[in-house]
Amino acid sequence: MTVNELVKQLRLQVFGGEQGLSNEITGGYTSDLLSDVMGHADSGKVWITLQTHKNVLGVASLKELAAVILIKNLQPDNDMLNQAQQEGIPILGTGKAAFEISGELYNLLKK
Amino acid sequence: MNSYKADLHIHTVLSPCGDLDMSPKTIVDKALAKGLDIIGITDHNSTKHCKLIKQIAEKEGVFTLMGAEVTTKEEVHCLAFFENFNQLDDFQKYIETFLPPIENDVDKFGYQAVVDENEDIIELEKYLLLSGLNQSIDEVEQKVHSLNGLFIPAHIDRPSFSISSQLGFIPFDLNIDAFEVSAKGKIEHLKEVINVHKDKCIIRTSDAHYPNQIGEAYCSFIMQHRTFEEIRMALKKENGRTVILS
Repeated sequence: MTVNELVKQLRLQVFGGEQGLSNEITGGYTSDLLSDVMGHADSGKVWITLQTHKNVLGVASLKELAAVILIKNLQPDNDMLNQAQQEGIPILGTGKAAFEISGELYNLLKK
Repeated sequence: MNSYKADLHIHTVLSPCGDLDMSPKTIVDKALAKGLDIIGITDHNSTKHCKLIKQIAEKEGVFTLMGAEVTTKEEVHCLAFFENFNQLDDFQKYIETFLPPIENDVDKFGYQAVVDENEDIIELEKYLLLSGLNQSIDEVEQKVHSLNGLFIPAHIDRPSFSISSQLGFIPFDLNIDAFEVSAKGKIEHLKEVINVHKDKCIIRTSDAHYPNQIGEAYCSFIMQHRTFEEIRMALKKENGRTVILS
């Protein structure tokens, strides 16, 4: 599944990093500790988080993640958006909490 | 140049996790007993004991840096210090503007008491001071520097509430005056962690929550006098000033 298909299926907002919408998704990872994501997320994962610091994109780029989903209607900081454009990693948004959106992503990828 | 023994991270009874014995007077007495020349007062998200401690301490010849240990939106702990009462008051207002209105549960977190010189309680802080301010680390850093303050990410060696645990790596463009390492933290591997900031000063502090912890870790400031600007120069290793880790 590509990020673009995920956006349609889970009705996500696209904040930026549209160049990466064709990225292929291999799974998901939910965490708000950036050091944890650096240590444990693999390439191709979609990262679900409430952190809106630009370092999120630094970590996502380092780990070659497919996309980032911000939960609970959180808005990306401006420098986070700029970083997303530079790195070409989509920042997506949902009104749901981490538990719900993680469950939906899990069910979708399990099919 | 002179050498001044400094412990720049001391909590008071105002921090919920601070011992009830951490009154302004006790802190000054302990600082004197440990031979400290400089102390830093850093309660969680509050500056309300700084002025009283400065008044008591400086009568006894202990220079006091006034500030707080701020929790940012990302839950990074950072020390902030200010030179005068006006800047301190401005920063206190900033904290109160952005502290979430979550009430303190005394049974779970402990008392948040402001006391006077006689150790009588004059105010109980209503909102939990451990919460993260609704301000990013960049916004806090900019506020501190707009008030000519010092901005020091706290206990960067620790796996929780540190800039490295919360943000993965230290943002390259953050304007940092120094880094703090915890009392027993090792510094050998930190050069990699602080990366592009590797020329920045590292200070060691006690992060005291109990009287006996005061001065258990410290560093020595090599400078001319004990003033805010001399301390800034020592942290920046300017004009022959520097800081030596214990």
